[in-house]
Amino acid sequence: MQNQEQHTALKNIVQDILDEAVKQGASAAEAGLSQENGLSVSVRLGDVETIEHHCDQGLGVTVYFGQRKGSASTTDLSPASIKETVSAACSIARYTSEDEYSGLPEPELLATEFPDLDLNHPWDIGVDGAIALAIECEDAARSYHEEISNSEGASVDTHQGIRVMGNTLGFLQGYASTRHSLSCSVLAQRGDSMQRDYWYTVARNARDLESAVDVGNKAAERTLRRLQARSLSTRQCPVLYCAETASGLLSSFIGAISGGNLYRKSSFLLDALGTQVFPEFVRIHEQPYLKGALGSGAYDGEGVATQTRDIVSEGILRGYVLSTYSARKLGLHSTGNAGGVHNLTIDPGKLDYQGMLKELNTGLLVTELMGQGVNMVTGDYSRGAAGFWVENGEIQYPVEEITIAGNLKDMLKNIVAVGNDVDYRGNIRTGSILVERMSIAGE
Amino acid sequence: MEILNLARQAILMPAGIQDGDIEKIMNRLLSSPVDAADIYFQSSHFESWVMEGGIIKEGSHNIEQGAGVRAVFGEKTGFAYSDRIELPVLLEAANNVKAIVRQGQEADPLHCKVSIKAADWPKHYATQNPLKSLADQQKIDLLRRVDSETRKLDSRIEEVIVSLVGVHEHILVARQDGSLVADVRPLVRMNVTVIVEQDGQREQGSMGGGGRSDYNYFIDRDIALEYGREAVRQALVNLEAVEAPAGNMTVVLGSGWPGILLHEAIGHGLEGDFNRKGTSAFSGRVGERVASDLCTVVDDGTLPGRRGSLTIDDEGTPTEKTVLIENGILKGYMQDQLNARLMGVNPTGNGRRESYAHLPMPRMTNTYMLPGQHDPEEIIKSVKKGLYAKNFGGGQVDITSGKFVFSASEAYLIENGKITRAVKGATLIGNGPDVLTKVSMVGTDLELDSGVGSCGKDGQSVPVGVGQPTLKIDGLTVGGTSV
Ligand SMILES: [Zn+2]
Repeated sequence: MQNQEQHTALKNIVQDILDEAVKQGASAAEAGLSQENGLSVSVRLGDVETIEHHCDQGLGVTVYFGQRKGSASTTDLSPASIKETVSAACSIARYTSEDEYSGLPEPELLATEFPDLDLNHPWDIGVDGAIALAIECEDAARSYHEEISNSEGASVDTHQGIRVMGNTLGFLQGYASTRHSLSCSVLAQRGDSMQRDYWYTVARNARDLESAVDVGNKAAERTLRRLQARSLSTRQCPVLYCAETASGLLSSFIGAISGGNLYRKSSFLLDALGTQVFPEFVRIHEQPYLKGALGSGAYDGEGVATQTRDIVSEGILRGYVLSTYSARKLGLHSTGNAGGVHNLTIDPGKLDYQGMLKELNTGLLVTELMGQGVNMVTGDYSRGAAGFWVENGEIQYPVEEITIAGNLKDMLKNIVAVGNDVDYRGNIRTGSILVERMSIAGE
Repeated sequence: MEILNLARQAILMPAGIQDGDIEKIMNRLLSSPVDAADIYFQSSHFESWVMEGGIIKEGSHNIEQGAGVRAVFGEKTGFAYSDRIELPVLLEAANNVKAIVRQGQEADPLHCKVSIKAADWPKHYATQNPLKSLADQQKIDLLRRVDSETRKLDSRIEEVIVSLVGVHEHILVARQDGSLVADVRPLVRMNVTVIVEQDGQREQGSMGGGGRSDYNYFIDRDIALEYGREAVRQALVNLEAVEAPAGNMTVVLGSGWPGILLHEAIGHGLEGDFNRKGTSAFSGRVGERVASDLCTVVDDGTLPGRRGSLTIDDEGTPTEKTVLIENGILKGYMQDQLNARLMGVNPTGNGRRESYAHLPMPRMTNTYMLPGQHDPEEIIKSVKKGLYAKNFGGGQVDITSGKFVFSASEAYLIENGKITRAVKGATLIGNGPDVLTKVSMVGTDLELDSGVGSCGKDGQSVPVGVGQPTLKIDGLTVGGTSV
């Protein structure tokens, strides 16, 4: 039980930090500590390119002197460094202002139950095993088709870490987690047209990764289908976001209902609570207690219990995404979202990917977005895009060098359908999303 | 010599690492027949202060230190790092790393003896600690002054957010020939964001700057107050903005920060690693025309005090002014040591890494276009119908297809040679290898950006600079909503 020992040792360090903060005069404090080890192996053109051994640690502390706050962090966990880090935070708190909203969470909101969320599955693959897996993956991609002309390689990453956090309200918890991934990126050439695309798989448990051959084949297939892409003429048309790009749409929505943007009044969804933001069929919810999922956690970055809850139901905005501070600024309570949402899920509809293409009928399928191009204050949206032109539900040809534009407020309201082709690889789980109409700019 | 001593004092002495220890680690690396090896020591002190809602809301102080050990054999790299600068830890790292050389390779044991190279290259910034350049109370006073002066500028201002960030970084590189080189790098940045409201409509504006200097940079010439004025001006312009046009049109880019065009459209595509691997749209095109003959583009790490400047890169190579495109012809790529060796060219001082925990790779420093012959007003006058884009947010590029985007945050219509209405922000998209061939006028007004740029590649972020004179491009796709 080396794990258990490490756990206890880290908890002791966090408790020492909190004690030191109180000793230095802080009226309250919060501290977090993490240690992570990892291995990344990449291969290219059938041979090893890099082998990286990762070893990270860090601690952060926030102290409160009444309503004044100071923070500090370090990568050096020696006792002397811990003392210095605490005093750096305390010294900062001498200069920050009294802020009536600052402070630790309300004690009754802190998590009290800590179910095993099945997040820790170390992968004993070793350097040689990782090389072999990456080579298998890249080989699959390179031998997929003669037009696969070059490679950026394949890589295997495995990380294992422990995070512990505590505060002077008596909260002191930690958990171990793992994250493994396999990715591949290849190039294809036909005439003057050169394209590159990639595919990856990621999971807490290596058993849940897609096979190396599948990842390689998908990378190759995605690259090939982009060859000889062309621009479109400027027009308005319906736009189908594939599942991978649809998650970006939802993350913009989450940004707009996040406490920080709301209390700064820099959101296009101010005062939208209780109003119709999506069409009636849309439900968006958080699932923090899903076993083995990438976004699972029993508590947030402040120790506040996370909640299984609807953020949107019947298309109506039911709740915001709040930390302790932003909640107090808005006269509300934390929703357990310091650090973000947990397995945000939009309920899938009845249609699969092919069904969604039929539903799109004639319009643009977007498979890649480029640039930032989102104004959170106004909702104005304009991004570079690549994808496919679709007619009568059938893909016609690949397109690139176009932009898609609209206003997020309208785009969210005008969602026509959500597919059941869900991408489970991230913290946002969504199928493809069809938006009724957007402006396309091209040649 | 003096800088090396500063770096020793900041990194090695507190850790108790002697020259003999460096030799031990290096000899461990060299016990396999590697082509190159280095140890990168780093210690960074970072602070930030944020004023928001009229109060000093947040402050933080962060220390990041550690060492990265690397061995290179052919195209293979072994790498390990640790936050603990301790001999046993680094020896273990060296053991892991040299395993990149597979069994069966006979070691021809090299021996490393630490030698001090005369640092006879020019320095491009001072070494003093920016965090200590003002007392904490003076930093607070500066933030308060910017906040209150900015709030006075217009009654429509709803919120002002001012941030101040400083970094003091020491790096020391030990290379396989035993040479030790070091750098001390200051970096400061200040930002002002304002939110304005008029008749229920909100907009924001943002301006900032800085460089490899100390906090007095913001006080001298009252540059900090200028950031506030500029942020307010942009926000108010955007309140009046109408829908942006959509489609392909003539675009005039303003001077300075719009040089992000060069960074995205050609800069990344000219980094050595992509070209060695043949994955860039510019691969194998040295000597070919990639821009109109009005265009000369350089990457220059030697500009005094600039955000993207470095005295030496993260492999210890002095930076230089590298000509990328001269009168429209592609001249060369930006190189680190690995890619330069594999391509048979000289390194150009572009080997950079985010920290000891990351591998170096070819990265830009300050990338800009040299001035041309045209008066900027004359350039606007020459456009019958088009877009004038004055300020930008970020950008992105696909180096293989060559497609790049950058997002305008302040833009105007040009109608019959005159700048008329402000339009909403929009993304511009083009093709890197041919966008510069459509440059038909280059202004006399070369300007560098104010010092806010950060570039991301492979998950590593480094500070960079860009710049350009006013440019006219005959045809670029503008991603507005007004079809
Ligand atoms: Zn970049």
